[in-house]
Amino acid sequence: MSTIASGFTIFKGVIQRDLQLALRRKSDSLAALIFFAVVASLFPLGIGPEQNLLTQIAPGMLWIAALLAAMLSLHKIFSDDFLDGSLDQIILTALPLPLVVLAKTIAHWISSGFLLALMAPILALQFNLPMSSAGVLFLSLLLGTPLLSLIGSIGAGLTLASRGGGTLLSLIILPLVTPVLIFGAGAVESYQTGLGFAGHFSLLGAMLALALFLAPLAAAASIRIALE
Amino acid sequence: MSKSLRLESVTCVRGERTLFENLTLDIKAGSILRVSGDNGSGKSSLLRILCGLLPPYSGKVYWGNELMTEDRDQFHAELIYLGHMPALKSDLSATENIVSLALLGGLSISFAEANKALNQAGLAPIANRLIRTLSQGQKQRIALARLRLPEPRQLWVLDEPFNALDHHANLALQSLLMDHLEQGGIVALSSHQGLEIDNDARVIRLQL
Repeated sequence: MSTIASGFTIFKGVIQRDLQLALRRKSDSLAALIFFAVVASLFPLGIGPEQNLLTQIAPGMLWIAALLAAMLSLHKIFSDDFLDGSLDQIILTALPLPLVVLAKTIAHWISSGFLLALMAPILALQFNLPMSSAGVLFLSLLLGTPLLSLIGSIGAGLTLASRGGGTLLSLIILPLVTPVLIFGAGAVESYQTGLGFAGHFSLLGAMLALALFLAPLAAAASIRIALE
Repeated sequence: MSKSLRLESVTCVRGERTLFENLTLDIKAGSILRVSGDNGSGKSSLLRILCGLLPPYSGKVYWGNELMTEDRDQFHAELIYLGHMPALKSDLSATENIVSLALLGGLSISFAEANKALNQAGLAPIANRLIRTLSQGQKQRIALARLRLPEPRQLWVLDEPFNALDHHANLALQSLLMDHLEQGGIVALSSHQGLEIDNDARVIRLQL
């Protein structure tokens, strides 16, 4: 039977819809994962088999590679819906726009950042990173990649109507996400030197909490501006 | 289902051009606003203003007694908007698209109900095909099948709904619109072709 959907049902529905679309078109998620693997593999090849050096720079390198891989699909958060007219329907839902944006961002994170975080410990083997450090790397990516999607959603909204939006988006977003990189990679480095990672994780968590609240509002505003 | 849609001296400016000025309209329950005009005359902009996608340069839009912007979520729950793009995802089937669009509009329906709407529109044979394999006209008809879902919305805003439709589908849509008026609905549509319903007394014609 048909029923009037509650706000939460619509919210869940948007996430499911976007995940289903990501599953039907796996190439986008796969491209980001393969890009991550290739870039992460280029560093040991370029630097040479200096085991100590590799272990030392691994957290930063893997974080940078994950960051660039996450950039690849950011513009897709809204652009596909913009091109086929679905974005109008998304704006006209019975749910406030920032919540719809949040749902879409969560779906985007699951289909990109989350997969990158899962893959990182495997790539860490190439750098001879100890198991425990790889675990910290995974956790730091788990906290950091949602931030990339959230901050990215603002840029994705802003560059919606512009040609070559993908490049422009990276130029806007990369400077904004440097704190995420600093504290994400910093957490693993400081764990390796025995200082612990609690401070870094607290800061990442604080940034995530702030972004969860502010980024959807900003992205919703930027979409409205782009559509006018 | 008895609210009316009112525009009060609405002006639309796109870029440097003024498309229309001081447009005042009162569209009562049970009538159609039929917008015609040349390409670029502001038909789509007017329809986007009517459903709140585009804020007017000046002027106000009322839904019932309230400003439309007053309670957007409620307004959205009483509206179906079909833009000039069918808003279908090419990697989903027709049925899946209808279910997901209905949910975006705040209505949980089953696949059976989506299929029923598609059946009524004569689209049963293509209900399970992926959208990217369909023609423009078929996509348009699938988008229009949303109008046949249960829990009908009072306000239909349709941008060029007759585009790409064959003669048979065209007539079916016109009779669907008339049925909607009988139930106190309101339709705002744009079209550049002559329609059989044009001479009906309930049709408000607006030339931009």
